[in-house]
Amino acid sequence: MNKLKKIISVFLFFILPMMASAELVVEITQGADNPTRIAVPPLGGSLLPEDVSDIVAADLKRSGLFDPVPKKNMLSFPSNPKQVYYRDWSILDTEYLVVAEASRGPSGYSIDFALLEVHSRRTVFKQTVEGSTDRVRDLAHYISDKVYEAITGIRGAFSTRILYVTAIPNAQQKLTYRLMVSDADGARERMLLESKQPIMSPAWSPDGREVVYVSFETGRPAIFRQSLATAERQQLTNFRGLNGAPAWSPDGSKLALVLSKDGNPEIYTFDLSSRQFTRLTRHFAIDTEPNWTPDGKSLIFTSDRGGSPQIYKLSIDSGKVERLTFKGSYNARPRLAPDGRTLVMVHRDKGLFHIASQDLVNGDLRVLTQTRLDESPTVAPNGAMLLYATKKGSRGVLAAVSLDAGVKFLLPARLGDVREPAWSPFLN
Amino acid sequence: MKTQSIKLGLCAALLSLLMVGCSSTSTTDGGTETLPGDSVSTGMVGGSGVSGSGGAADDLARIADTVFYFDFDKAILKPESRAALRLHAQNLKGSSRAIRLEGHADERGTREYNMALGERRGMAVKEFLVIEGVSASQIEVISYGEESPAALGSDDASYALNRRVEMK
Repeated sequence: MNKLKKIISVFLFFILPMMASAELVVEITQGADNPTRIAVPPLGGSLLPEDVSDIVAADLKRSGLFDPVPKKNMLSFPSNPKQVYYRDWSILDTEYLVVAEASRGPSGYSIDFALLEVHSRRTVFKQTVEGSTDRVRDLAHYISDKVYEAITGIRGAFSTRILYVTAIPNAQQKLTYRLMVSDADGARERMLLESKQPIMSPAWSPDGREVVYVSFETGRPAIFRQSLATAERQQLTNFRGLNGAPAWSPDGSKLALVLSKDGNPEIYTFDLSSRQFTRLTRHFAIDTEPNWTPDGKSLIFTSDRGGSPQIYKLSIDSGKVERLTFKGSYNARPRLAPDGRTLVMVHRDKGLFHIASQDLVNGDLRVLTQTRLDESPTVAPNGAMLLYATKKGSRGVLAAVSLDAGVKFLLPARLGDVREPAWSPFLN
Repeated sequence: MKTQSIKLGLCAALLSLLMVGCSSTSTTDGGTETLPGDSVSTGMVGGSGVSGSGGAADDLARIADTVFYFDFDKAILKPESRAALRLHAQNLKGSSRAIRLEGHADERGTREYNMALGERRGMAVKEFLVIEGVSASQIEVISYGEESPAALGSDDASYALNRRVEMK
């Protein structure tokens, strides 16, 4: 049997669902040059509360690598490999076909799905996935992940989530700040925190179950930790001056963060069990925006110690600091792709702020975006795309670009200002 | 207390469009009873300016000046700020009044870097006051970076109003 069973793990959110009108809506602005033609006909079997085939097709389309066949062009709606009449699909230039059938399982829904290659008339794989009745979107994203991985060889990241901050002004131009979480496609938006004081710098724990962020609710910036499942939260810092830029270590034991309690912004680690702070930088310049290398042995960070903001790497054991960026007069807010080799950052070019990537092995710098106030890049856990914040008109919106710059899409909220996306780790 | 303006989304999920806020009421003036649809319906980030003080004025007006502006990417006090701050220093010396210096940046550049820049601006004002004889223990510097703009536009006029230190 090549059928595998997988139970979708359930993350319970005791958090307030927001109105659909606040949800992010995806607009694809640029796809890959030769996207793969794929068809996802409607599911057979039990009727599900959401259209799984639409969700799967939208996931694949959003990756930019696929061009799903519109339902209205399909000549038949097979729901298992036996029902497939391949000529119906070769005539539509379809390369791949996803067929699926739903049934009511013991604890929810069960979906049997298969990926078929049209030209060779071959079943690539068959699988069964089960999940509770309120997790139909999770089932759909799981199918998308498996199909994407089978065709591209890259693990799918459709089952991940994103954190972001919204700021909405009232009639008196006073802002209300909200920390939000949604699926990677912008659906199922939930609020984690609301405040009249700024909220910034959200980041995930490596297991995806907690978040850290900076909130000004006490009248000063302070770092908080919050559980997604229980909404339980804890204030971690309360120093005079900056308390900022928290970044969870890959092993989950520490945060890197910025404090200016000694008079100047410096990078520290904070051990979450011993609650000890360890100061890592000693320089009169601004040192900020630390982030961990995937091996947890070094931090990359922004410093203006050379006269302009540039990105440096600090070895935690030896304390050795090495400058990584040399092109341009403003390189800041570094993040590393999961390969540890591709650095992404905010890069200023001719007065405009773009997202750029730099290959740390050969030094090649590549500007990935063309808009003018791009910031806060965050790389998907599979390294295929990054999300960032930009402006569309006068509004802050989230946008995505593939690491090869070939695919772009926008995730504009219908109203208000969205900023500081943070892409979750893999959650399943 | 500002903490009351925080509310956790610890509420039961209510399906339907009749969204109700948290049952633990808060004192936010936005109103927890308001439908979220209402609170987002005014959500335009327009360019309407919030006017700030500043510019040439006589000494009497300057003593009222509590907002000090900065050039792009700079934390150097302008001459008109120095004149106003000298008068503030005269008032603060010998008093026990505690002040907050809130440093701000415009939206260009990264957010945490702008937090550091806002702090630098606050520290520049603090250092000037200390040189003028004010006790450092009377002064707390708090940076808001680009998070709390005075003007919401993405234009030079808004940016100039946002690069500031507010004395409170």
